[in-house]
Amino acid sequence: MAHLTYEESKKSAVKIIIILGIITIAEVLFALLGKGYLKEGIEFPPALMGGVMILMSIVKAYLIIFEFMHMKYEAPGLAKTVLLPMFLLVWGVIAFSWEGSDWFKRRDLIKTSNERPVNDVKVGSVYDPTTAENMG
Amino acid sequence: MATVETAAHNDTHVDNGGSWEGGSQPFKASYGKLMMWYFLVSDAFTFAGFLIAYGALRFSMPTWPVPDFVFSTTPFDGHGLPLVFVTVMTFILLASSFTMVRAVQEGHEENKRGVVKWMVLTIIGGLMFLGCQAWEWNKLIGEEHMSITQDPFGTHTEAGVYLAGDGHYVNEGDTFKAGESYLVHKHDGEWAPLDYKVTEGADAGMIKSQSLGPKAFGALFFFITGFHGFHVFSGIVIMLIVTINAATGLYSKRKNGYEMIEKVGLYWHFVDLVWVFVFLLFYLL
Repeated sequence: MAHLTYEESKKSAVKIIIILGIITIAEVLFALLGKGYLKEGIEFPPALMGGVMILMSIVKAYLIIFEFMHMKYEAPGLAKTVLLPMFLLVWGVIAFSWEGSDWFKRRDLIKTSNERPVNDVKVGSVYDPTTAENMG
Repeated sequence: MATVETAAHNDTHVDNGGSWEGGSQPFKASYGKLMMWYFLVSDAFTFAGFLIAYGALRFSMPTWPVPDFVFSTTPFDGHGLPLVFVTVMTFILLASSFTMVRAVQEGHEENKRGVVKWMVLTIIGGLMFLGCQAWEWNKLIGEEHMSITQDPFGTHTEAGVYLAGDGHYVNEGDTFKAGESYLVHKHDGEWAPLDYKVTEGADAGMIKSQSLGPKAFGALFFFITGFHGFHVFSGIVIMLIVTINAATGLYSKRKNGYEMIEKVGLYWHFVDLVWVFVFLLFYLL
């Protein structure tokens, strides 16, 4: 705080809230446009939608933490001890998205296994899901 | 004689600021402010755990309710307005974050009237947000019968044509495409799914009935937005206490630039920060 005068910090707060508002409106408009609500026939691929939206949210998070919460003016050590642990979440997001899509595949496999007639099973045989449909 | 000398030796070093001799603040932050930051780190991990669980379960389901369909109603009979209401909620929370910044700035100026004025505005913003959330929950639970174990919002996996109407938004003969969402209604306590005829794909010509959506959706929605709402609620209680303290002049006596307002402000901005990601995952994606 000591780095800005009262008037300067007042102006900067107004500036940041306007930027946050604009990003929020952009997010909503992009979501609606990408899914074809604003104009017929336009649809963005989900990867583009997700990427742009996540990027805009991270910019918002940066502005809230560094400007509103004054992380910019804290000692570098404090900022590091708070922010570096957050990078563990990058692993968390990747690992559990991976795990989630694996559950999805497993669910399919269990469904086909359950629908398979019981007398197909030979004792000691290894179940191969790729040939399961031919048997039915 | 030696001990006396050691004591005198230590005394001369008290103001040196050596790391092991006390008297200096780590990271140039007060104990309270530093601990608020570390509390927020742990709270961030709690929320991240919830949101990552949401992502993993969503990836594991063949279909997921489309948010633009689930959250498309507003008060005063607004229908088919995707994301409008929740955008208003987001702006309310952003605005209350701004008023909190202003309260902290007035605190640095030791301006009691300014602090109280902006804190009251922040509390009003928080209450408005909670009111909006109460309306949204009431609609989902009371009118649309969503619960933590049942999710009436399903998604079509095939194109088809309805064989019956629900008397509200779906008429007999209405067609739909794969990926479109629907709401299963309840009549006299019983689910009343509509019948439809599949028009495309391997099952074309078959008559099927709407099924309920993935159960996890209700539980995740109520627990995550509920946990966030609880943070908003406790934020309002804490803000009421510090506003009363500020108004009675307690913090101006401390002459530390209303640091308590700054610490509560950190918490309040964090609640806003979490909402950025709840908004992203539940409503935008």
